[in-house]
Amino acid sequence: MSKFKKKKDGELPAVSTASLPDIVFMLLFFFMTVTVMKDSTIKVENVLPNATEIKKLEKKDRVIYIFVGKPTKEYENVYGTESKIQLNDKFADVKAVGDYILAERAKKSEELQNVLTTALKVDKNANMGLISDIKQELRKVNALKVNYTTYEGDAFNNLQ
Amino acid sequence: MMNKGAPEVNAGSMADIAFLLLIFFLVTTVIESDAGLNRLLPRINPDQIIVDRKKKNVLPIFIDAKGQLLVQERPIEINELKAIAIDFIDNGGAPAGDPAYCNYCKGNGNPKSSDNPNNAIISVNNNRETSYGAYITVQNELVSAYTELRNRESQKLYGQDFTTIESAFLNPETEKEQKEILKEKVLVIQGKYPLNISDATLK
Repeated sequence: MSKFKKKKDGELPAVSTASLPDIVFMLLFFFMTVTVMKDSTIKVENVLPNATEIKKLEKKDRVIYIFVGKPTKEYENVYGTESKIQLNDKFADVKAVGDYILAERAKKSEELQNVLTTALKVDKNANMGLISDIKQELRKVNALKVNYTTYEGDAFNNLQ
Repeated sequence: MMNKGAPEVNAGSMADIAFLLLIFFLVTTVIESDAGLNRLLPRINPDQIIVDRKKKNVLPIFIDAKGQLLVQERPIEINELKAIAIDFIDNGGAPAGDPAYCNYCKGNGNPKSSDNPNNAIISVNNNRETSYGAYITVQNELVSAYTELRNRESQKLYGQDFTTIESAFLNPETEKEQKEILKEKVLVIQGKYPLNISDATLK
């Protein structure tokens, strides 16, 4: 009888926190797998449009990114509210796109240089005029593979 | 002598350490979208080759600054676009015996519309003020029209959706021999319904 009579009466046993680290580690691993490291600060508003017929960009090392959108609040005074192009960490002119692509291409290893894709991360409120200019620049440097990066979702939401 | 063994390490602070790591990852990383619509831009031709396309084989789409669509100079709603595109691509207007005759098309065979999916071109034109969102919506609808036709053809030939075959083909885990078979299927379907969406703003 007395063998099992360990507890003192009236006292609640403490909740075991031994599994807390495990739970936190689980969260940690979740975030480690679904996210990627930030490599450049985005200085433009970048709400991508939605689309359903999307294809995943498989290999990260074969992609060159171009961001387009309105400058964010902190840069508004300097760069205005018109859509701008961001290459790496800097705002740039349309004419700089070609040089940027060539420079990025030269950084990649030789076997990758012909299979590069340019990912256009464009805010959904940007004007097509600027995009057409970028596409024209891309054609000049023969960077013909483009990917209009989007979120997955109903495409009709873009029109609101 | 009593052998006590190693004393147990206090693991109480493990949670704190894990939290620290977690917070570090939360602030340094972003959930990025890395999927989108793939397109191939046309090559620049120093001496413009003017291909004399029959007018009936081209479906002109114009998106104006407000996102309003004009198809063949007639205003339409965006949700009608897919059906119009399918009708146009799958029309198969060439008469039997013509080299452009399409024996797998299920369209109306209207002689005033496109001859063959291979000849049919959808030409998207836009204003400089058109929003990118509207442009992507249109592109998405057009791709989805092609996907529907490709899936239909693929179901008929292989009893499987084209999207399933294609994703299996693109999956790096698929075995090599399997890939060869899949590649052939993908090429057959793509050959029947090639994605002919041209950008009229690029000259």
